Amino acid sequence: MSKPTAAELKKLSNELRVHILEMITEAKSGHPGGSLSAIDAMTALWFAEMQGVPQGAPDASRDHFVLSKGHAVPALYAILAQKGYIPFEELKTLRRTGARLQGHPDRVRLPIVEASTGSLGQGLSVACGMAMAHKLSGSKSRIYCMVGDGEIQEGQIWEAALSAPKFELSNLCVILDNNGGQIDGPTDEVLSLKPIAEKWRAFNWEVIEIDGHNFDQILGAYQKARELESKGSKKPVFIIANTVKGKGVSFMENKIEWHGAAPKAEDAKRAIEEVRKNG
Amino acid sequence: MAKATRQSFGEALARLGAEHSEIVVLDADLSKSTKSDLFAKKFPERFFEMGIQEAHMIGAASGMAFSGKLPFLCSFGAFLTGRYDQVRLSAVYSGANVRIIGTHAGLGIGDDGHSQMGLEDVTLMRVLPTMGVFQPMDDAETQAIMDYLVKQYKGPAYLRLTRQTMPDYSDKAAPFVAGKLRKVATLGTGAKTLLAIGSGAGVAEAMGAAERLTAKGYTTHVVNCHTLKPFDSKGLMELVSSLKPSQIFTVEDHSVIGGLGSCVAEVLSENGVGVKLTRFGCQDQFGESGEPVELFEKHGFSAAKIAEKMA
Repeated sequence: MSKPTAAELKKLSNELRVHILEMITEAKSGHPGGSLSAIDAMTALWFAEMQGVPQGAPDASRDHFVLSKGHAVPALYAILAQKGYIPFEELKTLRRTGARLQGHPDRVRLPIVEASTGSLGQGLSVACGMAMAHKLSGSKSRIYCMVGDGEIQEGQIWEAALSAPKFELSNLCVILDNNGGQIDGPTDEVLSLKPIAEKWRAFNWEVIEIDGHNFDQILGAYQKARELESKGSKKPVFIIANTVKGKGVSFMENKIEWHGAAPKAEDAKRAIEEVRKNG
Repeated sequence: MAKATRQSFGEALARLGAEHSEIVVLDADLSKSTKSDLFAKKFPERFFEMGIQEAHMIGAASGMAFSGKLPFLCSFGAFLTGRYDQVRLSAVYSGANVRIIGTHAGLGIGDDGHSQMGLEDVTLMRVLPTMGVFQPMDDAETQAIMDYLVKQYKGPAYLRLTRQTMPDYSDKAAPFVAGKLRKVATLGTGAKTLLAIGSGAGVAEAMGAAERLTAKGYTTHVVNCHTLKPFDSKGLMELVSSLKPSQIFTVEDHSVIGGLGSCVAEVLSENGVGVKLTRFGCQDQFGESGEPVELFEKHGFSAAKIAEKMA
């Protein structure tokens, strides 16, 4: 199968948005805002960049993905269903008692998920460990990790930021879903992270800043990260994907109240219609 | 030979590292204290000096486990429980096959005082589902537990180790069986029967107390609990029914809340055993600086204090 184009990815990502909205609506709880901001970068990663088939077991022949901002897991579930790793029907079980699709990623119940996350700041350290192990084994796998902008207020993120360059984890590519919002308000008001790029550069990371909803830019950033490694760069890569919280649903966009609230059936219908129209 | 169990651990790790290439070791700037440096010297490419970053180290070790390695992450027990959420989510809830090594257990570290003393680690580690919790009493038992943790055990495990030297009891004790209470000795021939259960540094104090109690007409059966979780409930009930002790006591260099004393109390009460239990250890108090011998005395779990109370 040839690599999908930016236009094809955009269309696919909007289809996944519909699944995200449907599953959160069905569950009557979940995090639409951060799932919708993250889905474009994640779609490009899973359908055009990552190599190999996820199985859950350690495997040096494939790339790996850690969703450190675990509350955006509906985006990951939509991707796993689209990839055929879980049935679409199962998306309706999100957050139900006994479901594999827990409210936050759970690698024991659903081993395709590579790290259990949900307490923010932890997934990046796990991704670092995976990158360290693969490097030690001489594997060519690349490790991708998505973090949220609110999440990087966590001290542990900065431990990882300091650590990854020491171990020359050029096989590690972190994507920041920089959507500018968190539960208590705009990130700039809650606890500003600016200047983000300068901070990560100062920690000796390769920093790439893009529009996180522009597929040409997303694909370009992933390609650049891969090229840097193949050309012998020893630095881990940090992609700042500037995104819009709730992207694709006008009444949710940049509205903090949609961080962790499920739409009612009527709102969901409107939202899905809008996404379909733009798809 | 009498050694600190951290020393025995470091030697075991260096020994096992040769046959097990999947072993990787992470330390947060305490390798000389945890004795992981013994592995580092032999296998520098598999040793990761993480710097003073315990939280990140726990996550990174988990990630390495997911990628097929067998990580040993080492620090003081007090600092690992301080990063409890990382242990809880990144390691244990995730089913990571990691070995979490907490050295500098209890008041036994002495001079450095409370901030460095692991006094709550058994309680906190034990409450996590699927987590194994182990505490050896001496050199040979540390080696045996290390073999078990490398060759057989799967899943997350916590190993609690002493800074101070531990006397050897293994050669005279019953054979080591992982997960089982281990008879160390029976002291005295008196008519009054006691069952003493120790763990880690508590075993030596229990032995010392048992010795003192022989003169007072007691027979004391000293048992070692090296596997705190899963706790050997069946073994304890068998001991209770075969030995018919008039009293039971536990000894641990740890808080009695949630530690060995609690493990035993839970089993006794749930099985309706009406034998009086006394839990020796830290009695809901903070640690402090001082000579270990004096601290054990002050906190009421030295051999002499135990014997005094039990007689």
